[in-house]
Amino acid sequence: MEMALTNKKNFNEGGYSAPEEKYKIRKRKASPGDIAFHICNGIFMILFVVITLYPVLNTLAISLNDGTDALRGGIYLIPRKFSLKNYATVLQKDNLMIGAVVTVARTLIGTALALITNAILAFIVSRKNFIFAKQLSLFWVITMYVNGGMIPIFLLYKGLGLTNSFAVYVIPGMVSAFNMLVIRTYMRGIPDSLEESAQLDGAGYTTIFLHIISPLCKPVYATVALFVAVGQWNSWFDAMLYNRMSDNLTTLQYELMKLLSSVTNQSSSVEAMKNSSGSVTPMSVRAAATIITMLPIICIYPFLQQYFVSGLTLGGVKE
Amino acid sequence: MEQKKRLFKNISLVEFKRQRVLIIWSVFFVAYGLVFCYAPLVGWLMAFQNYKPKDGILHSAFIGMTKFKMLFSDATFIRVIRNTLAMGVINLVATFVMAILFAILLNEIRLKGSKKVIQTISYLPHFLSWIIVTGILHDALSGSGIVNELLTKFHLVSQPINFFAHEEYFWPIVAFANVWKETGWNAIIYLAAITAIDPSLYEAAAIDGAGRWNKIKYVTLPGIKPTIIILLIMNIGNVLNAGFEIQYLLGNGLVQQVSQTIDIYVLKWGISQMDYSLGTAAGIFKSAVSIVLILICNTIAKRHGEERLF
Repeated sequence: MEMALTNKKNFNEGGYSAPEEKYKIRKRKASPGDIAFHICNGIFMILFVVITLYPVLNTLAISLNDGTDALRGGIYLIPRKFSLKNYATVLQKDNLMIGAVVTVARTLIGTALALITNAILAFIVSRKNFIFAKQLSLFWVITMYVNGGMIPIFLLYKGLGLTNSFAVYVIPGMVSAFNMLVIRTYMRGIPDSLEESAQLDGAGYTTIFLHIISPLCKPVYATVALFVAVGQWNSWFDAMLYNRMSDNLTTLQYELMKLLSSVTNQSSSVEAMKNSSGSVTPMSVRAAATIITMLPIICIYPFLQQYFVSGLTLGGVKE
Repeated sequence: MEQKKRLFKNISLVEFKRQRVLIIWSVFFVAYGLVFCYAPLVGWLMAFQNYKPKDGILHSAFIGMTKFKMLFSDATFIRVIRNTLAMGVINLVATFVMAILFAILLNEIRLKGSKKVIQTISYLPHFLSWIIVTGILHDALSGSGIVNELLTKFHLVSQPINFFAHEEYFWPIVAFANVWKETGWNAIIYLAAITAIDPSLYEAAAIDGAGRWNKIKYVTLPGIKPTIIILLIMNIGNVLNAGFEIQYLLGNGLVQQVSQTIDIYVLKWGISQMDYSLGTAAGIFKSAVSIVLILICNTIAKRHGEERLF
């Protein structure tokens, strides 16, 4: 337990805690230069925040606005003619709903598989007296720098029967050298004495992994899980390349991409679908689909900040 | 090899038995790695063959470097290399400069609460997919989008600009999109590095009469120099990898002269036109250049006594 606490403390130090606390210099009168600097800095930061947030908020406003009305332009942050019709339309589109189910499934299964395998691999290569630890580590680090490229990989998956299957989303990318290194670095920080005393009590490696090391690694597991989950949630290229023919294996992002290309290609011949409760256009429907797609991530990431900050700092370590 | 043998000798039978479970798992991980990471390398042979799917790698005829010669006599491929390199370098420089600038400036913000809020907001675009980001770009840069609206409002242009129809805008748009998406995320590691700088250095600088600007120049920047260099090395090796999704999603017939990258070329010739040999050759060229770039950067860093990758 004490171990876990010290680790956590290290992470916070290496993370994003405010540095000014450390070097609070004697208060001296702010020079005109300093004041000018702070004003410019403040303006820069406000601009930065506006440019970052505006497009997202604007999409939100359009998604909540009547479709035909939105085509007139002039919608910024607040919907002019409020309507939930866009969301209703999205929820009625079968392919989007299938995409959502597949995306949720691949995110959950893919993250679980990746976390389990990377954790086991990291555990193996971080055992100091394991005879093949070095070789196995090198074997995986090489894969970070050399890969076969798109065509050989495509043909391999085809040969293995992974095309037009759900497995192509979760099996091939399961083990990643980068994620393994992040976990390995963390595990190396855990004192050997814990493992040694467990060994004296007769614990095998399985017990040590499950009951001694893993409970201490929760923070780094969370980091890697977040990295993998975001990657799974956002990927679309594999759906396009390997599962193009299987409509029931489409993903949310891939469906969104099809919506985008239909909007950009047919913007001149926009056909608004009218009915009693208002109208929708491809543009407004896409805005609603975009918001639905980004919502889960936006809701989750602020609470996981400390994890990805520490994970990124760990990832920057030398091999 | 010799070390390995010695290790073997030093390990007792009991210990070997105890490590049995580790060895079994290692076999799994080696097998998995061989299938998914190393087997595709065998596919590189296709680049030297006239590969026919029905014959497979084993029975297709070897034709030497013909495919590579074809590649380099193809004006499109030369242009594609130029596009990839140009966008890779522009993106690398733009995202690097912005991330460092943002980290340094954010560090100077004195209100602790606002600092945290700004940083949280700055991560947001990183979590959005390129599909969403390009969708947003299309909206913002369209004829009735916010950018054209602002430009016409301030009378900077008389007619809305069709940003996606002109070649000269494509590279800047891609660079901007990368900066928009990754600045906050990339700044994380610099902020961590700034935090690790010894506070007494700032105190000493203050005593010497350094203002804010000089402190940044003589304390902060030298303090994060090792971080900058190691990230630069890691990213230079990736310069040729930096171009696929956004170019694929934003490119259109009007700008394809400047938008197509090596990966798009591979996709077009390899997958769509089924010329697997040509696509593989292009992929090998990309890998080879990347590895050479990493090695060069690493050597330079080593010679200058800086932090390095391996």
